[in-house]
Amino acid sequence: MAYEGMIAETISIDGDKNQPISAYVARPLGPGPFPGMVLMHHAPGWDEWYRETTRKFAHHGYAAISPNLYHRAGEGRSDDVAAKVRAEGGVPDAQVVGDGEGAVAWLRAQPYLNGKVAAFGTCSGGRHTFLLACHSKSIDAACDLWGGRVVMSPEELTPKQPTAPIEFTKNLSCPLLGLFGNEDRAPTPEQVNQHEAELKRHGKQYEFHRYDGAGHGFFYYDRPMYRVEQALDGWQKVFAFLRKHLAA
Amino acid sequence: MCTSIVEVVGAEGAGKGDSGWFELTRAVVSYDHPHHALLEDAVIIDFVNPALGPGARVAVELTLRSAKELNGALARAIAAAEGEEKARSRSV
Repeated sequence: MAYEGMIAETISIDGDKNQPISAYVARPLGPGPFPGMVLMHHAPGWDEWYRETTRKFAHHGYAAISPNLYHRAGEGRSDDVAAKVRAEGGVPDAQVVGDGEGAVAWLRAQPYLNGKVAAFGTCSGGRHTFLLACHSKSIDAACDLWGGRVVMSPEELTPKQPTAPIEFTKNLSCPLLGLFGNEDRAPTPEQVNQHEAELKRHGKQYEFHRYDGAGHGFFYYDRPMYRVEQALDGWQKVFAFLRKHLAA
Repeated sequence: MCTSIVEVVGAEGAGKGDSGWFELTRAVVSYDHPHHALLEDAVIIDFVNPALGPGARVAVELTLRSAKELNGALARAIAAAEGEEKARSRSV
């Protein structure tokens, strides 16, 4: 039996404007080279599911980092911190992009990286992943899983979220994977279609997969939205996409 | 958050959290993914005091139906309480 091991720990990295933020990292033991993953956590916060998923990527051979996008809201349990951020109208898009760039830069400075980095996010993290992929030139692939509010009405725009992410589609710098549930309300199937039309219009490389019988958050095994068949297929799609785009 | 339904109001009073009672400054009503209730979205009410940190929070996650019933109960209790207050001010 081959020896198997990983290291997982919290660290501090330079986030947006070089401000220190916390991050959770996990990678297989050994010299590598490993492809890198940046996990943009969801609206419920920098929580247990995101730590588990960071370790899941390490289990599959990736050096993974999940920056705490809610770091500036203070210390506390993830649900309390997420509630504070929700009351404040979320975190600014520009800051999230800066924090994501910081996580990419941290990975790129590690000697065990194979030179490739992808971003992954669910829910608001899917939206943030798409934003990062449209602003950064330093990632090689992006996985947007049911990211809500990529399409936004003018009434939804705020000083923190001043531009609907779909407006940045022309700047998308890498291949995009999208997984969506056809019963989701954020994003709705119509919004997913709108996003796909914009990707086509700009000639972007993407693959979207839509699941019947699934709504929002169908990977979350501890929530009633969990759909085992769709989730298992979705994970296969994620890893197939990453194998294709993150090989050294 | 995947909806933008968030209402914030000032709240004077006290709430009982993990480490006992604390002074409240704010109530936040939202419709979003709950942390614990087995629902896709819930009416979430947080009574908080941000100056004391994220942990100064009393939270409930309700079905839409429960939230409506609570809304009705609050309205009835407030109307009755205002009646009491009016009667008290007349007797002074």
